Amino acid sequence: MSRGKIGQKGKRDAFRITEGVLWTLLTLLTATVCISVGSVSIPLEEVWRAVFGMPVSRASWESIIHWTRLPRVLCAGVMGASLSLCGAAMQGLLRNPLADGSTLGISSGAALGAALSIVLGISVPGMAAAGPAAMAMVFAFGSLMIILMLAYSMDRSLATHSIIMIGVIFTMLASGILSLLITFSGEKLKTITYWTMGSMNGKTYEQLNMMTGALVICGALLLTRGRELNAFAIGEENAMHIGVPVRRVKLQVMIAASVLIGVCVSVGGSIAFVGLIVPHMIRLCSGPNHRRLLPRSMFGGAIFLMLADLGARTVLRPTELPVGVVTSMIGAIVFIGIFVRSRKGGKGLW
Amino acid sequence: MVTTRELSVRYGTKTAVDNISFRASAGEWWMIVGPNGAGKSSLAGALTRTVPYSGEAYLNERELKSYSHREFARKVGILSQNNSNIYAFTVDEVVSLGRYAWRNGYFSGTDAEGKDRIREALEKTGLTEMRQRSMLSLSGGECQRVFLAQVMAQDPQVMILDEPANHLDLPFQKQLFELIREWLKTPGRLAITVTHDLNIAKRYGSHALLMNEGKAVGCGPVDEVMTKENLEQVYDMDIYEWMRESLEMWDK
Repeated sequence: MSRGKIGQKGKRDAFRITEGVLWTLLTLLTATVCISVGSVSIPLEEVWRAVFGMPVSRASWESIIHWTRLPRVLCAGVMGASLSLCGAAMQGLLRNPLADGSTLGISSGAALGAALSIVLGISVPGMAAAGPAAMAMVFAFGSLMIILMLAYSMDRSLATHSIIMIGVIFTMLASGILSLLITFSGEKLKTITYWTMGSMNGKTYEQLNMMTGALVICGALLLTRGRELNAFAIGEENAMHIGVPVRRVKLQVMIAASVLIGVCVSVGGSIAFVGLIVPHMIRLCSGPNHRRLLPRSMFGGAIFLMLADLGARTVLRPTELPVGVVTSMIGAIVFIGIFVRSRKGGKGLW
Repeated sequence: MVTTRELSVRYGTKTAVDNISFRASAGEWWMIVGPNGAGKSSLAGALTRTVPYSGEAYLNERELKSYSHREFARKVGILSQNNSNIYAFTVDEVVSLGRYAWRNGYFSGTDAEGKDRIREALEKTGLTEMRQRSMLSLSGGECQRVFLAQVMAQDPQVMILDEPANHLDLPFQKQLFELIREWLKTPGRLAITVTHDLNIAKRYGSHALLMNEGKAVGCGPVDEVMTKENLEQVYDMDIYEWMRESLEMWDK
């Protein structure tokens, strides 16, 4: 009872503009720090000078910032925001605190789709990144449908644990097919770890723009479904009773989440647990109301993944870890924590 | 207010509700009673549009299916046996969601009338003091009161209750039904309750629909429908005798 109180004392339950400004500043600050730290340290003010096209003390800094760190950090930020927002939305929609692109198997389905498009050479003229992204989206949505249908046929109440179990099995299947694909594709596909653990290395502005576009469109849709998701989180039947057009909202949220996860996976591989950890933390601090939870998860996810990526490239310098290793290690612990609590009957934690 | 004509509900080849016709008017409290598997909940499902049906069903002379989700929710409030809570929503958040169908767009907050309705619902159900409590910290009876408050905040004309007091202790059952009786005192309202509890039906209902194997055995004022003969026919035992014996045991 003592938990979940912060932020609920205020009269309005929505996300305020001042809070948005604070989160934006915090996100920008984190991004600046992440750009400045690395094998070559660059002072913070020089980072800003370079970003705004002003002259920088050393020419090498400018190229490092523009061609390596800036796209990488921004990609991590946008991807973290997207994955975390999707996680929060799915957890509300399915009434399942363990739901996330990676635990449900959507991410591995999307990775399979993206890899398949590269192997088969499916592409959109003029935009190299769009082919894999489109396939990843389709596969993400398809995977979600298959998983939900299987879970539904097993257990009509879509209980927390049966759906996660199907997600795990589906992930193994998709990863198996993906490994097979990689084995036979030779040089065409990058390493297995790239697709299964995710990496933020070598991202381009084209990919960044594509992800940002997806986040703006799908994010806007998800962020404005706060009330409906609250109703779903209380119970789908209850949502129907108070007048939510249940089927339409469900489809909208699922499509938006699949598109976002698909685009993210096609760019950075499947980075596990981001959508699980961040919303969970936010819920612990400020309760489950999605009108706050969704925007906070979005900013929190951006900050989290930028920092995780910073960890991935600096902790074992000069060796670089896949960022998924970092998120998985944190995520596994959080996952077990939630799982144990939900088995105990989960009194008052999220 | 609510009228059905030859309403049927079928699941595959199985007929759960078989040609039920009744007419319920404002001010009445209908009890849908009958043994397990009689089709009570399927009938409630049809009336709340959660189960597909054939035949005709009208609300205020308009076919149920023609209402949009929001229009329907403004007219009909539904209370069912609620499943467990997973997230720590506050009482206030759950009750406020009752105003969902009355809102216009994402950015419009709750209007003054909505706020009055929410305050009133919390007061009537005695939840004002608890409005900041988490749903996870409440007992089953308290939870059900919160959902009743949500329905009251919704301000419907018709309240449909599907076994609302299942698993609740007697005092909580009494409290819940007294609250609904209070709610019904405002003119222009109708309540329809599905219950397997004959005592509750007899005590609170004004009208009853007695069902058996999908068919209506009796339909009309409680005292005319819930007779010794009708109940004996449906339940295949002498209900009155059973109740008399139970009472005698207490009197000893």
